[in-house]
Amino acid sequence: MQFKRTKALVAAAGLSLALAACGGGGGETDVKVAENPKFEAGTTMAKLADSGKVTIGVKFDQPGIGFLEPGADAPSGFDIEMGRIVAGALGISDENINWKETVSDNREPYIQDGTVDLVIASYSITDERRQVVGQAGPYYVTGQQLLVREEDKDTITSPEDTKGKKVCSVTGSTSLQRMEDEYGANPVPFSTYSECVDQLENGTVDAVTTDGAILLGYAAQNPDELEVVGEPFSEERYGIGFKKGDTAMCQFLQKTIKQSFEDGTWAQAFESTLGQSGVETPEPPTVDSTC
Amino acid sequence: MDTLIENFDQIRDGFLTTIWLLIFSGVLSTILGTVLASFRVSPVRSLRAIGTSYVNTFRNTPLVLILALAIAVIPTLGFNSLGFSIGIRNFNTFFVVAALGLAAYTSAFVCEAVRSGVNSVDPGQAEAARSVGMSFLQSLRMVVLPQAFRAVIPPLASTYIALAKNTSVVAIFGVPEAAYVMRKLSNQFTTDVWFIFGGIALGYVAIVAILATASSLLERRLAVAR
Repeated sequence: MQFKRTKALVAAAGLSLALAACGGGGGETDVKVAENPKFEAGTTMAKLADSGKVTIGVKFDQPGIGFLEPGADAPSGFDIEMGRIVAGALGISDENINWKETVSDNREPYIQDGTVDLVIASYSITDERRQVVGQAGPYYVTGQQLLVREEDKDTITSPEDTKGKKVCSVTGSTSLQRMEDEYGANPVPFSTYSECVDQLENGTVDAVTTDGAILLGYAAQNPDELEVVGEPFSEERYGIGFKKGDTAMCQFLQKTIKQSFEDGTWAQAFESTLGQSGVETPEPPTVDSTC
Repeated sequence: MDTLIENFDQIRDGFLTTIWLLIFSGVLSTILGTVLASFRVSPVRSLRAIGTSYVNTFRNTPLVLILALAIAVIPTLGFNSLGFSIGIRNFNTFFVVAALGLAAYTSAFVCEAVRSGVNSVDPGQAEAARSVGMSFLQSLRMVVLPQAFRAVIPPLASTYIALAKNTSVVAIFGVPEAAYVMRKLSNQFTTDVWFIFGGIALGYVAIVAILATASSLLERRLAVAR
């Protein structure tokens, strides 16, 4: 009896794993998990490869980028696929990746105190951030754009059209500050982008603004009602965060990112996530040569 | 320091919004709170039940929860152009919903403060009013409440001071008031964070100081020699 129950449990566990794999929660990209990758002894990569586990900080609330669907076991999105590519290069398979939710305010502290090994969380590379953490990349370049309702896509086409209109974004964010100070929009601050999108859908605000990649994710969830309009009017370069000063890690990440551009896994990752909103897969960006 | 001076107009606008919020929700909660208090001391059992359950619901619910619920539900029900304007100043839907949420929450506290004041009036006063033929409402309005308000000033002032500071919560519910300006400036001018925090804190201190002074002046004015 005892034996049978164990067997049933194993079967159930196997089934749920199989379901998770085809449930769209990641796993769309064919990541080749390296067999016994060689790293110089003492490097962070060697330590991670030996332990067979890695903790990656990602967003849980940005559809298409890093999003934990209600009821899902693991998050999904473009950042998640990038995380799987990096983990694969370390010889770590999906089930040994520990996805840890990070929000914009705790990304640097999480890297510094070792809560996470890497951060892949729509993390723009800036000089100010590079003072406190390492950032490799970019693996994706996006810019601030506007998300509007389908019926407004002809009246609001550029940031100049938002003068006097209600534009929603996250409290204290650079995107909202830019709309208010440079384009004269009425700022509507909320604590998350999803609340902004709710207010856009029910017609209380006129536009939601932040990085185009994040907006594309929301548009992909609701392609009949929401539309990303206009050209990007800022440049955000997404990078992978790691502990400051770990040059070997930086070189490894730059190499892995470049490799994913060449072998097509990057394009696959894009098509299966952000590409769902209907945008064409862009040309991969140029990875910084310095670390 | 320069950050505060250069962005003075933004800070001023933020505090103006804070003050407007305080005025709207303060007036609304005073009216609603007094009505609720009269429910709670009324001789009608069902009115007492309404008053008690209102206070229990809103006093026991975190303000953030009330606001989050209001801002998610009210516009979805179709009320998404509640905005209005007074003169050149526009108040949008988010302001209205935030003011309603703050008022709904604060009125529970106003109600309890007023009720404690009513209870402090000697029962003989109400009995005397009844014996000369006044109805319950008349005795409340002309005899009990005027005396009660005297006792109520200090706890009411505390409630309004709490309300003034509670308005900062709406910075994450769509209203760009003083706390929003603080978050915005501190993100923009990272090196000046302490001056920004200090400057905004001073603004709140000033608002609270005005409320506290007004309350003590009123208290002195209404005081009776005992």
